[in-house]
Amino acid sequence: MAYSEKVLDHYTNPLNVGTLDKSKTNVGTGLVGAPECGDVMRLQIEVDEATGIIKDAKFKTFGCGSAIASSSVATEWLKGKSVDDAIKIDNMEIVEELNLPPVKIHCSVLAEDAIKAAVNDYRVKNGLPEIKFDDSIVH
Amino acid sequence: MLKFPIYLDHNATTPCDPRVVEAMIPFFTNNFGNAASRNHPFGWVAEEAVDYAREQVAKLIGADPKEVIFTSGATEADNLAIKGVYEMYASKGNHIITCNIEHKAVLDTCKHIEKEGGEVTYLKVKDNGLIDLAELEAAIKPTTILIAIMYANNEIGTVMPMKEISAIARKHGVLVFSDATQAVGKIPVDVNKDGIDLLAMTAHKMYGPKGVGALYVRRKNPRVKVTAQMDGGGHERGMRSGTLNVPGIVGFGKACELCLQEMDADAKRLSGLRDKLETALLKMEESYLNGDKEHRLPHVSNISFKYVEGEGLMMGFNKNIAVSSGSACTSASLEPSYVLKALGLGDDLAHSSLRFGLGRFTTEDQIDYTIEQVTNTVNKLREMSPLWEMFKEGVDMNSIEWAHH
Repeated sequence: MAYSEKVLDHYTNPLNVGTLDKSKTNVGTGLVGAPECGDVMRLQIEVDEATGIIKDAKFKTFGCGSAIASSSVATEWLKGKSVDDAIKIDNMEIVEELNLPPVKIHCSVLAEDAIKAAVNDYRVKNGLPEIKFDDSIVH
Repeated sequence: MLKFPIYLDHNATTPCDPRVVEAMIPFFTNNFGNAASRNHPFGWVAEEAVDYAREQVAKLIGADPKEVIFTSGATEADNLAIKGVYEMYASKGNHIITCNIEHKAVLDTCKHIEKEGGEVTYLKVKDNGLIDLAELEAAIKPTTILIAIMYANNEIGTVMPMKEISAIARKHGVLVFSDATQAVGKIPVDVNKDGIDLLAMTAHKMYGPKGVGALYVRRKNPRVKVTAQMDGGGHERGMRSGTLNVPGIVGFGKACELCLQEMDADAKRLSGLRDKLETALLKMEESYLNGDKEHRLPHVSNISFKYVEGEGLMMGFNKNIAVSSGSACTSASLEPSYVLKALGLGDDLAHSSLRFGLGRFTTEDQIDYTIEQVTNTVNKLREMSPLWEMFKEGVDMNSIEWAHH
């Protein structure tokens, strides 16, 4: 199975690899996946408290190239979005962006889940109720 | 000058040796006859070539040429051996003993036997990939007709104690079948010294062509018979019908002859290169060798690089280097390698494994380049891995509630 150019590109030069200070109240952290399943994604957002806009996003991912590329794309899209808009990112948009084959759709689902988990972590830290999301269909 | 891509997946398949191809070519064109055509020179030439190849194959495994049954490959030979013995010896019993790291061609054939009403014991290997001989002996019952244990494993290269296994089998009057696909041509295999009654092999793992293999079936002490699995012209002493693949068989024979001549030198050279590769890669923190270090093939190394995922790792260099991984992502099933799991490796380590399979045309330059590329990619991906970060921070990963999906 050959990888799409875009997956290769993000894998070779991933954007936003790193760690934000999770002790800060304006940082939300989402850790999804499991080592036994072969992918773990940690996605973090740093929110401008005055505007509610995500001013920075970082990730670290253990997984295949498609999982790394999905996290790279997701973090790039998050920057500049409001927290409310962030959770509107749909995994299928990532699939389209990276031309992921069906067997790799779960990588995009993982990225969507990581975004939601990071947003919820941010909300809980700031006294807001957790948002209940429907379970993703593809797992 | 290095030429890319570098091939280090010789347990999957090997290139044809040019000397093999050269031997085959006349049998596609001028000498195209059917080896079963007994009444004209075209048939005679083909038959003579097949007979010669049969001798070459037999010689490599210390057999008599009459004991070699040509097949389409090892999968067919595995099927013929197991199903053929099961049917032929039905009056004696219906129990087969095998182990849980066999190739799917053996495991799935055994599952088929179970559906037919047979009984199969799957011995668990120890964490070094070898079976426990006491467990083997304890598993034998009055109804046991066959012990099917691979000579060497395809993923980790572990070599089973065939002599000891067959000694136990002999003691209890049970036949021994060995899938020796990975071993023949790489290490000395001798059906008499090893006490093997049936043995499967294939040409394409030993620098021969794809689509041809053989089943060795013992003719003396004891005389073994298998029930044919295909009906037809009664070729190969009635055990395997179908017009013989003459060019393939000629290539197979030549490949065996070359292996017999060059095996010792190849093994010595390749184990040296393999050890160089392995030593360098195992110097990296949290990298582990899978399988037994002593009892194994000279050209294979299977290593887990903890906290990086195998497919992601391969992607770092697979434009230039071909290896394989036990990672789930490389299989259709999304399950990591059952062989590595059978060694007691956690799924996380199984996902993190790479198999390096060296071969006759592997050079030291290629190994040096591979060491550099793999090391760099592992380091790069670990910098990107949340698990590596947790490990470095001393976080107990078992204390985390992972979201399994």
